[in-house]
Amino acid sequence: MKAVVSVIGRDSVGIIAKVSAGCAESGANILDISQTVLNEYFTMIMIVDIKALTVPFNDFVDRMSALGRREGLEIHAMHEDIFNSMHRI
Amino acid sequence: MFETKDILETISMIREEKLDIRTITMGISLYDCQCDDPKRLAVRIYDRVMSRARDLVRTGEEIEKKYGIPIINKRVSVTPVALMAGGLDVDGAVGIAKTLDRAAHELGINFIGGYSALVQKGFTNGSRTLISSIPQALAETERVCSSVNVASTKAGINIDAVAEMGQIVRETAERTKENGSIGCAKLVIFANVPEDNPFMAGAFHGIGEPETVINVGVSGPGVVASAIRRKGACDLTEIAETVKRTAFKITRVGQLVAREASERLGVPFGIVDLSLAPTPAVGDSVAYILESMGLEKCGCHGTTAALAMLNDAVKKGGVMASSHVGGLSGAFIPVSEDAGMIEAVRCGALNLEKLEAMTAVCSVGLDMIAIPGDTPAEVISGIIADEIAIGVVNFKTTAVRLIPAYGCKVGDTVSFGGLLGEAPVMPVNTRSPAKFIARGGRIPAPIQSLKN
Repeated sequence: MKAVVSVIGRDSVGIIAKVSAGCAESGANILDISQTVLNEYFTMIMIVDIKALTVPFNDFVDRMSALGRREGLEIHAMHEDIFNSMHRI
Repeated sequence: MFETKDILETISMIREEKLDIRTITMGISLYDCQCDDPKRLAVRIYDRVMSRARDLVRTGEEIEKKYGIPIINKRVSVTPVALMAGGLDVDGAVGIAKTLDRAAHELGINFIGGYSALVQKGFTNGSRTLISSIPQALAETERVCSSVNVASTKAGINIDAVAEMGQIVRETAERTKENGSIGCAKLVIFANVPEDNPFMAGAFHGIGEPETVINVGVSGPGVVASAIRRKGACDLTEIAETVKRTAFKITRVGQLVAREASERLGVPFGIVDLSLAPTPAVGDSVAYILESMGLEKCGCHGTTAALAMLNDAVKKGGVMASSHVGGLSGAFIPVSEDAGMIEAVRCGALNLEKLEAMTAVCSVGLDMIAIPGDTPAEVISGIIADEIAIGVVNFKTTAVRLIPAYGCKVGDTVSFGGLLGEAPVMPVNTRSPAKFIARGGRIPAPIQSLKN
């Protein structure tokens, strides 16, 4: 089982480190990262493995949102199935 | 792995274009609550609804968080109460409405549907009692929704019921005059009513449905409008393709949520309703979709054609995305719940006659339209009869949800708050159909009903 963590916000030093630390705290294993910076805006998409999460998935979602609020970023963790449903037949 | 652009598209649909699941509606059968003592009947209905829907809201919230998509409403629909009301008087029927209202409050759901009667061919004792109790029931409850099916393609149009509903609508408006006649926003008069509709105010749990069922209504007018705007200059074939693709994606999310809710609640999945349901929020409007196709204002000539294409493309795109499609499935055009429709009425581009024409090619009918409070009951019945005839002859669902706003005249605005929005009071042709309506009887089923 995987989840997609999306991070959007103004670029600054250490965003990836902070988000990665947040994932590690909950036991989410990062499988893939892609990121771009466009007009000072930072967009990162992380695919994480959530099989070994140490907390329920919905708590992980809350933790990531809270991290986003602290850092002035928009962070959303969403279960992969919504993307599978929309973009795969 | 996913492509970044697909992920960003989904996120922007939800965050910026207001894609949401409009409702998870649990249908609950009340048949075996039947009982000859009104008090015990109420207790049994209460216990049934509370035990079956106990986890509905919590489950909806969990799914919402898991997939990051808002699920706006969690609701319940029940067996048409008229079927249980045979042994009740008006007070007894209102007592059932209050019971349903109490259950809705305690479950934390915003509406409960099924205070309904099916009288397309005639009245049972229960349906007579229920219909005459509607004004009081809607005035004395907050979350109960009522509907009456007065016609079907197979049965024709019950004009006695149409005549009575004109009066019931007026009376409901008067009884709820302190709150903008809001009772009328919770009362729908139908032709060919679907029995698995998850949307309020017309939802009830039909007689061919299982004990309990989960139906899901999707939404997403904002997503469709944005997709059309992004296409820029292209022909209508391409617009139709774009709508189909978008409807497919929206519906797939509905199917995902429906399946998950059904599994978690241990209740069979019924249908996904492929409707474009607007909300008063700016950007979540069906009128804006039509305008994004190139109409100066919704209601101008060309609107019916644009809506016909939109409605068809939504169905074509959605039908492959779900294993079971049902309910109303089409574009909704409620005036008060759609910022673009409100603007179109205010600037004089959209009138009642054009809305009636539009309902011939899309889902539902004359929906959430405020008219002057002094509109005579027989004129309301005339409006109902016209709209219902469109449904009966065209083998489709049509409905009427009119608000004769007490004490208001053309140009005033009635505000209902929340998802029900606000409605500018629209002019009505007041020449009288009284003699036609007073004839009563049944308009026979049209020839196209004889298909066997």
